Amino acid sequence: MVWRFLPPQVESLWTLFTAPVVWAIHFLICYVGAAVFCAKPGLFDVDFGAVRAGIAFATLLALSAILLAGILAWRQWGFGAGDPPHDDPTRHDRGLFQGFATLLLAGLSFIAVIMTALPALFVTGCLR
Amino acid sequence: MSAPAKKLPKADLEAQAERLRAVWANPTGWRYWTTVNNTQIGLWYASTAFAFMLFAGVLALIVRAQLAVPDNDLVSADFYNQAFTLHGTVMMFLFAVPIFEAVAIFLLPPMLGARELPFPRLGAFGFWSFFLGGTFVCGSIFFNAAPSSGWFMYPPLATDKELSGIGADIWLLGLSFIEVASIAAAVELIVGIMKCRAPGMRINLMPLFAWYLLIVAGMILFAFPPLIAGDILFEMQRMFDWPFFDPARGGDPLLWQHLFWIFGHPEVYIIFLPAIALMAMIVPTFSQRPIVGYSWIVLAAVGTGFLSFGLWVHHMFATGLPQISLAFFSAASEAVAIPTAVQIFVFIATMLAGRVIFSTPMLFGTGGIAIFILGGLTGVMVALAPFDWQAHDTYFVVAHLHYVLIGGMLFPVIAGIYYYYPLIDAKHLSDRMGRSAFWLMFVGFNVAFFPMHLAGLRGMPRRVFTYPADVGWDWMNLLSTVGAFVLAFGVLVVVVDILRPKHRQNRGEQNPWNAGTLEWISEPEENWGVRSIPHVESRYPLWDQKNLARDVNDGRFYLPDAEEGRREGLITSVLDGDPMQVLRVGGTSYVAIFSAVSLGAAFIALTFHWWIATAVSAIVCFCAILYWLWTGTAEIPEKPAKDVGLGLTLPLYASGPASVGWWAMFITMVGDSTAFASLVFGYFFYWTIHPDFTAGIAGPGMPWPMTSAVLFLTAWAATFAARQLNARGFVAGMRIVLLLGLMLTLVASAAGFAGPWSHGMDPTAHVYPAIVWVLVIWVLAHAAVGAVMQAYCLARSFAGRLTPVYDMDIRNIALYWHFMAITAAIAFAVIGLFPEAV
Repeated sequence: MVWRFLPPQVESLWTLFTAPVVWAIHFLICYVGAAVFCAKPGLFDVDFGAVRAGIAFATLLALSAILLAGILAWRQWGFGAGDPPHDDPTRHDRGLFQGFATLLLAGLSFIAVIMTALPALFVTGCLR
Repeated sequence: MSAPAKKLPKADLEAQAERLRAVWANPTGWRYWTTVNNTQIGLWYASTAFAFMLFAGVLALIVRAQLAVPDNDLVSADFYNQAFTLHGTVMMFLFAVPIFEAVAIFLLPPMLGARELPFPRLGAFGFWSFFLGGTFVCGSIFFNAAPSSGWFMYPPLATDKELSGIGADIWLLGLSFIEVASIAAAVELIVGIMKCRAPGMRINLMPLFAWYLLIVAGMILFAFPPLIAGDILFEMQRMFDWPFFDPARGGDPLLWQHLFWIFGHPEVYIIFLPAIALMAMIVPTFSQRPIVGYSWIVLAAVGTGFLSFGLWVHHMFATGLPQISLAFFSAASEAVAIPTAVQIFVFIATMLAGRVIFSTPMLFGTGGIAIFILGGLTGVMVALAPFDWQAHDTYFVVAHLHYVLIGGMLFPVIAGIYYYYPLIDAKHLSDRMGRSAFWLMFVGFNVAFFPMHLAGLRGMPRRVFTYPADVGWDWMNLLSTVGAFVLAFGVLVVVVDILRPKHRQNRGEQNPWNAGTLEWISEPEENWGVRSIPHVESRYPLWDQKNLARDVNDGRFYLPDAEEGRREGLITSVLDGDPMQVLRVGGTSYVAIFSAVSLGAAFIALTFHWWIATAVSAIVCFCAILYWLWTGTAEIPEKPAKDVGLGLTLPLYASGPASVGWWAMFITMVGDSTAFASLVFGYFFYWTIHPDFTAGIAGPGMPWPMTSAVLFLTAWAATFAARQLNARGFVAGMRIVLLLGLMLTLVASAAGFAGPWSHGMDPTAHVYPAIVWVLVIWVLAHAAVGAVMQAYCLARSFAGRLTPVYDMDIRNIALYWHFMAITAAIAFAVIGLFPEAV
């Protein structure tokens, strides 16, 4: 199965934040990239199209990373095995809870990354 | 292991309880004020914040009275400016954020089944800092010296000494002092929630309040430091004329707006999330069922926490930033509506699935949420840049922000007061008064603030002192004023209900609302938090674990005794709540209050440029903190481990990542690094706005910064090596290497200083030398702290308080030095290499 190629499961609180952190990095790249380009257009000798392409590329990377985080979360949730509320006092249910919550956050981050990238689809210059 | 132990005979139980009571007792007489117990500190903190709220409310009434009729001259324009500035400042900084630190300090330990938060003296220090700083800021208006440039203090108005007076300094220094207290609270709460939960309380069983507070504390860590960085730049300009925000010398007022709002927008959610957290406790109780969608709430809390950092520029839509930038922030501002709405749907679902009891807390809670939703909808409107350009700086925005904050924060807080009041003295607030207060507040609020939308759309700008009669704003303003007084009357009813004597009321039940969470075990008469620390097996232990309250109070769980006469709690693992260690926390002490007073004195003296008083207070504070650390931390226990009951023996000492001190250092340094990152952001910000950001002025050159960076990295390596040597038992080697590290730190600092100094960089001439100096000073200040730490560990080693086994001190300072090394490397790489690269 393809699942064998996934990295081993990590027992940590921090995995919960993977997808939102990817969103934050993507957001910063888009904002800083565009801001620097608009403030110093001559710096890299490229036009605004390149900024948009860069944002598209960063978006694809971010979405892939979130997708991967989502798949790992789905695995931690036992591939959707146990339904919430995941409130048994067991390590098993704690893991399912983490997986499910992480998956939800991956979903939200996925949407938020797309929303962040949308302006690059419509805006064609720094000032219009 | 989780089943309760056998009940002891009555005499033994009483002896246990007597020992526990003695250990946790408050001092009597005037020494009462030196207590550090979370219950007292939480109550004082909340009462102080509430009192500041009432004060700011009175200011708002003055503002409304002035605006009631056109061409009014009730107060002078200058007083009006002071009143609205102080109103906003106090509500945001002295009420909305601190009240949740207060509620968390009061509620979290019993809710988590803990006896105390891990750093009670730090909590007391935070409270006294807040109390002093807040009184100082509020008191300024009685001397006609209050800040008057609006609560976000925009330069160039607020940097102009003629126009803004000493009020701006009071704002900057008073609030910086309070921000320190907020970060202290954040450290306390994060470590408390992660490591001090009752055994068995896995993260899937944690009360939602704790989830929210964990996220909020994390947000404080990333939101407040940029403001502290901004305050530093601002005060350097006001005090020493360093031109950070002066365009004539290369500065830019927009940098302040960025730094302020990187703080300011997350702050809105820092305020809102804990209020919603209270609702997440209240709604299940009055629906008499577990919350529907626990994981969805976690999603909402974490999601909102992150997304709220991508919104700050929506306060700057009218500043002429590139449209593509505006669009990113517009998109994120729309996206944050998703997690915000999820929470509200979760509450609605929980209410639908249970049988709702419409008590007073529920009335305030649901009424508040209804108001909040309206504010959220206007928020979606102003998140759209084209609409914002029309509404910016008008009363529409005033209406929006009050709908969000009063609905999303004030109403839930009052719901929380009515809900949790029995935990304070086992008495009830009056249901009748509560309901009257609610309707007065609800109606008054809407009458006051709804017309402001219309006034704003009709073009009334915010912060105007008066207005002419013929522009069509008069009846709306009169209506708003009437509504404001009705709202205030409602608040007054709440205050009367809280303050009226209740000694004739009988003691109420322990758990009057039949709530399911642990805080309802704690007895208001006792100071120990919980009689014994329970083993938790449910999200709602009082509903699901039979006889839990009785067994806890019969001392049948962990740590039912205090044989050694120490205040003790349990440290458990982050994910599964496995017991790891017995933590001994600090008890009653003068040192917290003394440190806070001396630090406050330093800040206040600085405001008035009393340099000698500032220096003396700062030295006193430094000595007090050293004394605090030396006598109260990293204590070597009299035995390595102790029996905590239920057949479990746990160590009394831990160091490194297993200890709470290490985590506190880590968390503090994350916040510290955020402030540093904000200064670096400033450096590059100036680079983007100028064709040549050095303006042809000589920089610090490459050799000195590079030398300094290398020396700092060597000092770091020495500190790290000292830690390793100590762990391996080479104590003499550790001392030599640490001494070497200390000397390297001093030399590295001198080299860092030499860069800008030897090139004659004048920080008042232009913003480029000023920002270079600020980065260098930042590193040098941290190096000074690092050097003190190295010397401290040497002294501890010679005093026998730091040994190869008990090595908490050196592990913590090694952690500090990791951050120190990164800070120095980045700062010197930026100032030394970047000018050469462009």
